[in-house]
Amino acid sequence: MEGLIEGAALIAAPDVVAAILASAVYGLVIGALPGLTATMATALLVPVTFYLSPIAAVATIITASAMAIFSGDIPGCLLRIPGTPASAAYTDESYAMTRKGQAEMALGIGLWFSAIGGIVGTLALMVLAPSLAEIALSFSTFEYFWLALLGLMCATLVARSSPVKAIAAMLMGLLVSCIGVENPAGTPRFTFGVTDLLGGIEPIPALVGVFAVAQVMRALLMPEPPPIPRRRFGSILAGQWALTKRYPKPLVRGNIIGVIVGILPGAGADMAAWISYAAAKKFSREREKFGTGHPEGLVEAGAANNSALASSWVPALLFGIPGDTITAIAIGVLYMKGLNPGPTLFTENASSMYALYLIFILANIVMLPLGIAMIRTSTLVLRAPRAAVMPVILLLCAVGAYAIGNNLFAVVLVAAFGCLGFLMERNGYPVAALVLGIVMGRMVEQNFITSLIKSDGSLAPFVERPISGVLAALTFTAVLWPVVIWVVRRLRPARLRPTEAAE
Amino acid sequence: MNTLSRRTLLAASGGIVLARPALAQAGWPSRPVQMICPWAAGGGTDAVLRIIASLLEKELGQPFNVVNRTGGNGVVGHAAIVQAQPDGYTIGMLTSEICMLHWQGLTQITFRDYTPLSLMNFDPAGVQVNTSSPWKDIRQCAEAIKASRPGQLKASGTGQGGTWHLALAGWLVAMDLQPDHVRWVPSNGAAPAMQDLAAGGLDLTTNSVVEARAMLDAGRARSLVVMGPQRLPVWPDIPTLKEAMNLDWTAGAWRGIAGPRNMPQEARTALEAGLKRVYDSHEYQDFMNARGFGLLWGDAAGFARHLETQDASLGSAMKAAGLAKA
Repeated sequence: MEGLIEGAALIAAPDVVAAILASAVYGLVIGALPGLTATMATALLVPVTFYLSPIAAVATIITASAMAIFSGDIPGCLLRIPGTPASAAYTDESYAMTRKGQAEMALGIGLWFSAIGGIVGTLALMVLAPSLAEIALSFSTFEYFWLALLGLMCATLVARSSPVKAIAAMLMGLLVSCIGVENPAGTPRFTFGVTDLLGGIEPIPALVGVFAVAQVMRALLMPEPPPIPRRRFGSILAGQWALTKRYPKPLVRGNIIGVIVGILPGAGADMAAWISYAAAKKFSREREKFGTGHPEGLVEAGAANNSALASSWVPALLFGIPGDTITAIAIGVLYMKGLNPGPTLFTENASSMYALYLIFILANIVMLPLGIAMIRTSTLVLRAPRAAVMPVILLLCAVGAYAIGNNLFAVVLVAAFGCLGFLMERNGYPVAALVLGIVMGRMVEQNFITSLIKSDGSLAPFVERPISGVLAALTFTAVLWPVVIWVVRRLRPARLRPTEAAE
Repeated sequence: MNTLSRRTLLAASGGIVLARPALAQAGWPSRPVQMICPWAAGGGTDAVLRIIASLLEKELGQPFNVVNRTGGNGVVGHAAIVQAQPDGYTIGMLTSEICMLHWQGLTQITFRDYTPLSLMNFDPAGVQVNTSSPWKDIRQCAEAIKASRPGQLKASGTGQGGTWHLALAGWLVAMDLQPDHVRWVPSNGAAPAMQDLAAGGLDLTTNSVVEARAMLDAGRARSLVVMGPQRLPVWPDIPTLKEAMNLDWTAGAWRGIAGPRNMPQEARTALEAGLKRVYDSHEYQDFMNARGFGLLWGDAAGFARHLETQDASLGSAMKAAGLAKA
């Protein structure tokens, strides 16, 4: 309790409050620009933290990353261009809501449930950190392999198109993830002697290309869509409480998935969003409404990616293991400021720990008013003429892609993926599945090969290890369940026919 | 002629220049300097280069801007330094990989294409084991390795052919074993390797002790040895390979500042003096110690010698391990 009060005193300092507010605005703007990610927002903050006090330095990173993850939903919802990979899972859904004239509702869901997810994730961080981290630490490459494979399975679940096309798009993503030298054998693959291809294809340029550039290309070909009726933008938070009461299960499940996936090092917010959106669809009573502008999946995935963000700090703080790229940067800053990660941080530096928790909660509360202001500003985009918006987006894509590595090749990649995404979309192949394949491909391969090296080529440990066995069973159930249902239906046609006739 | 007279002037007033950095502003640099980082923003190399840049800015009175040129496993950024105008206004950071990439056949560029300015950091490789491992010191570990079947024990720390893989291969060769006697499990860097070590999936890791720091502090892993010339100030209890086993093998990751070939003498003099003052500054020393990065200084000539020996020893280790193409 004493630590809590001391911690509160630490964050009440004027420089900390100023740091939280400034980095909140900064995170919101960066996250909303396509191609500029939450990771990048935090990386660019590192030189600034040299000059800040330890608590203020950590506060900027926590706040900016939480804001960027939320505001990645904004362009996804308004223009069908996800601002960050964590938003890509449900971009189509929220854009469909915008087309139905429910933009404020969709964005409100993003804001309200992001804040709830962030706070739940923080509570998990506070209460469960030590015991959960213990479990996460027993995850070896065998377990990660199943986890990544489960992530890949989501491709067929999230897609609205035929599962065959979704799988084809996902395999295409896997092929792209094979490019480069960063594979277990360290051998260049599909590089054709091009130096720029050695490092492989990062998910960000691919994401910007298939969503943003392809969207601009579509806009060129299609007539201007019927304008969204000019009206005062409704209240953003109205109705969110009703949604909270209506969808308690997805909310709780999203939070749990987010917390668990976040704690596992290397999984992170992107994976949490994909898995929870797929889970929402799988377990929903109104599955057919998914993809047509239905809030249920948004509730779950919006909460999941923000709770994953908070819980990814658990292994970072306890063992110095980065849960994702953001915490990898944060660990560096913690060391620099003398807040060395490790169990001692919780005992010797208890007041700093409490300050850190309070910053998390504060950041998620600040998110509400600032997020509303950001949404109100950015919805001007909806009223602007398309001929003015699209060139600006194209410019932002090019600038964002270049900014990642100051490398012109990334801009070429964005253009190439734009064309690919456009063609895929035209022919009914879901581009989200392609992105998923690129994100997960390396993880699946890396963990599979290293596991085999460790077991001297034996497949047995994949199912023998206890946690690995459970994950394997889950994966096989997910694959076989639709087949079983199909077979059962075929075997009992007599009983099913009357119901079908009744329908 | 102009350059020559300036050079004479600089040489004559060398002492004064060292003592009063403001004087250097009169000549070079007269405009902002770009510093290329071959690795992504937010990583260790990026952090070290950014602190050096901000301190150089104070010393030399012009902005030093860090630009991350990533991609191609470090090839893109390292190549960008070589291809820059050799006027001293574009310099950058070299990492150990520059002495490895050309052996792997991934680029034609070698250390000879640069003007070395200074060596700023060296992180020696270590040998880490799980806390529950029966090996209490490096001798027990080495005995167990010698007694094991080839490929029976598993080690990790980075990707195939990375710095830490070579550290292991070189150490095994130094013990008269095959370089692949302990099987290498490629990983995406040191952090996942340390996590897998703690999860019980590996027998040992050979990444740097800094990268193992959090697991050591958490009581999940033990560091048995450092493969450096001397013990580390932060971990005075960990012996060197020379002390514990009388082996001469050293390996580690290092970072230095360099520019393209044929840089003007004026810029070299100003940068070498400025970098020396940066290295000696409290800010730099405090930063490196706080992060746990190893400190090792080499002036322009020292860095050049370091590059030459590293290139040769990494090359022979890679050939022995069958990782070299050339």
